[in-house]
Amino acid sequence: MATLSGHLPLVPAYETPETYLNISHTLRSWLLTRDHKRIGLLFLFTITVFFFIGGTAATLIRINLLTPRGVLVSETDYNKLFTIHGVIMVWFFLIPSIPATLGNFLLPLMIGAKDLAFPRLNLLSYYLFLISGIFAATMISLGGADTGWTFYTPYSAAFSNTHVTLAVCAVFVNGFSSILTGLNFIVTIHKMRCPGMTWFRMPLFCWSMYATSVVMVLATPILAITLLLVGIEHFFGVGIFDPALGGDPILFQHMFWFYSHPAVYIMILPGMGVISELVTCFSRKSVFGYAFVAFASLAIAFVGFLVWAHHMFVTGISVYSASIFSMLSFIVAVPSAIKVFNWTATMYKGSIKLDTPMLCAIGFIGLFTVGGLTGVMLATLGMDVHMHDTYFVIAHFHYIMVGGTVMAYFGGLHFWWPKMSGKMYPESWGRITACIIFLGFNLTFFPQFVLGYLGMPRRYHSYPAEFQVYNVLSSAGASILAVGYILPLLYLPWSLRWGKAAGRNPWRATGLEWQTESPPPTENFDEVPVVTEEPYAYHRLVAQNGAPLVAGNPPPTPVVT
Amino acid sequence: MDPSIDSFRLFPQQASTTAGEIDYLFFYLLAVSVFFTVLIFALIIYFAFRYRRRADEEFPRVDVQNMKLEITWCMVPFVLMLVMFFWGTDLYARIKRPAENAITINVIGKQWMWKVQHPEGVREINALHVPAGQRIKLMMGSEDVIHSFFIPAFRIKQDVVPGSFSTEWFIATTPGRYHIFCAQYCGAEHAKMIGEVVVMEPAQYQAWLGGAPHDESPAAAGARLFETWGCSACHGQRAPTLAGLYLTKVPLDDGSTVIADDDYLRESIIEPSAKVVAGFPPIMPSYRGQLSEEQIMSLVAYIKSLGAAAGPSGVRATPATQPVNGQGPQFLPDFPPARQPPDIRPDRNEKGP
Repeated sequence: MATLSGHLPLVPAYETPETYLNISHTLRSWLLTRDHKRIGLLFLFTITVFFFIGGTAATLIRINLLTPRGVLVSETDYNKLFTIHGVIMVWFFLIPSIPATLGNFLLPLMIGAKDLAFPRLNLLSYYLFLISGIFAATMISLGGADTGWTFYTPYSAAFSNTHVTLAVCAVFVNGFSSILTGLNFIVTIHKMRCPGMTWFRMPLFCWSMYATSVVMVLATPILAITLLLVGIEHFFGVGIFDPALGGDPILFQHMFWFYSHPAVYIMILPGMGVISELVTCFSRKSVFGYAFVAFASLAIAFVGFLVWAHHMFVTGISVYSASIFSMLSFIVAVPSAIKVFNWTATMYKGSIKLDTPMLCAIGFIGLFTVGGLTGVMLATLGMDVHMHDTYFVIAHFHYIMVGGTVMAYFGGLHFWWPKMSGKMYPESWGRITACIIFLGFNLTFFPQFVLGYLGMPRRYHSYPAEFQVYNVLSSAGASILAVGYILPLLYLPWSLRWGKAAGRNPWRATGLEWQTESPPPTENFDEVPVVTEEPYAYHRLVAQNGAPLVAGNPPPTPVVT
Repeated sequence: MDPSIDSFRLFPQQASTTAGEIDYLFFYLLAVSVFFTVLIFALIIYFAFRYRRRADEEFPRVDVQNMKLEITWCMVPFVLMLVMFFWGTDLYARIKRPAENAITINVIGKQWMWKVQHPEGVREINALHVPAGQRIKLMMGSEDVIHSFFIPAFRIKQDVVPGSFSTEWFIATTPGRYHIFCAQYCGAEHAKMIGEVVVMEPAQYQAWLGGAPHDESPAAAGARLFETWGCSACHGQRAPTLAGLYLTKVPLDDGSTVIADDDYLRESIIEPSAKVVAGFPPIMPSYRGQLSEEQIMSLVAYIKSLGAAAGPSGVRATPATQPVNGQGPQFLPDFPPARQPPDIRPDRNEKGP
């Protein structure tokens, strides 16, 4: 793009600057783009569709559970609904959510690169995702599958007569999209950092993306292998997991969770990265314990591979192996605790503004704390015997996945919306939405902790009458939550047309992505940035320049990070 | 009958010796969790208010770093979690320790019901009557997919995995009716795979047992199967004798030994070539797919009863060493002899059901 090279940072108002958005307008230019920012938006659009498909399934589940007898849908339909909800939300929303949208968009910008290392591979990753999404949509439209997102054998391989094969194909292809994105990020972080961007000058979001990518690349193949084995058993009658053929159903669980527990960290680590960016920016303070937060991500990624059997404490595994997995599960909780304390301490003596992203960040810290501590409860061996497969587990992982990841995703989306679109979203609507989501979320999922300890098992279409009060509370909360999720769908597109121009740096944040135009040009920076400082140097920024950054203008010194 | 089974409550009933112990652990976990949640929420709210931005141009010139604090909040949660670990693991080990001197009740999970058979032969579906104060061992198997036998009021749960035996035990404390749930998703009517455990005073239980229609006991059914499937044609002659076998140490042809417990007996029926007894040719055919889960359980019950019949006087009934899993010698019958049917051998005149 030679035309961009002579592009000045301050352009006269009558001349519309060339950005990644307006450089071309054809459909082809979007569908065949190799620009990481455009691919990020393709993912954003696609996963938003899936979020609302998964959300619709959740809505029907919550309506069905309003009465003990479950009158809305039949038992089989209910089982399909929670399967659709799980499969779609895990693989088609949560796993790609932050990495494939915000990560794709931001990673090159944050490290001062023109694009990801392999732009074509990035586009392939999107198309693999789209193909897997088409499989999933076909599965749903043909009537769905009823195995639960965990595909436990022998039910999935030998007993279910729903569209399990399509669901498995969808997840199988989806995995390759994950692997390619992870691979791309790893290479990009290793090879594409701009001059001066050392590892310890990288924003913490990049560290969390790196840790996430390592997990994606190493864990996802195991899922592919597992699903392939299920297919071989199903079609060729080879006894692998089915005891009737001489297989071992517990082996499936070991293999499934060897992927799916690390996958939990694929879902939460990016959220943690977003929160580190938000808390520092809206406290205008350097992060407390940068190295601890960065290495905590790597520690979570590493130890996360060694805790899978904590999903299997009541399957009959030996006391010895259970105790080892319990211990490792406690150990993986330590770096998460470190992060929570460090974010909180970052606020100390800061200059805190409760804009939408910060409200989301605060919500994240609180809800993640609850989710993490209840996870510690579940890691405790004797306790898990009672809580396993009850609503306590449901509440726990929704506090992590929805209270954590989705909250971080929304916070990040609002935070970087000005960079992505060039327009400010309506702040008051954003704040109201963040509060609605927080309240709705807690009303939905807190009663489920009580319900779980009382003993209500998960995946129940109907339930004993004594559990109704909690289920009604939960469904009421879900309706509030739904409003919170629909609102951004209205005001974010609204802002594209009517929002006020954002300028380069509306939050006065450090970080290379704020040094370029909003929206950025296709090649991100007019000249290759040079980094001279550690990230989040809000205190030094003032000391050096004598005056704070002015919104929309680049800093007086060439590049300060 | 206790009408309170369906009443609204905040906290589950405690009706087994395990329940109270689990709840103590829960309260410790809850206290730690509430403390840290309140601490974090309070700090965030306080900081957000105390350090709120007063002017748009405000950039605090501070960079707070504190290694000591960092180390502290690495270590404190870790120590608190060590307490959780040892407490929880100890409790788990005790819950999972094989039950001794227990009444063994057979439970079969199948889509979508729990089939229960008492040692005396009494059968129930989706119900389980048990005496209070006595250790009950559930010997469980699945006919199809994975189920999970869960009694919230007892705080116990165990997956029932097809292809193997699963066991769990409890000592009920409070007479009353409590829920049985299937906790592992098992197909369309998973939510209907529920039932009630009825805890009775021992005398009442005996009366209930006496009044209920008796079917063949599992051991008697096993004895009959032993004949009809032709097992008796070989065992005792070309194949090892099974009298007094249960829980003894069996020498295998590869030079190792194995304890003849439930799992070994099951394996030897389904996959006889897996562990071949030393000195015998591997000629036994596999019975995989031919015997129902209940029939396998009955055969094992029968072989157990032979061990009991050989009694303490029988040389083979006494294990040479302690079994590897740490449980004591367990050649006593699983149910008190007084309650045993007078003759567990197949009655030639008895007609099968």
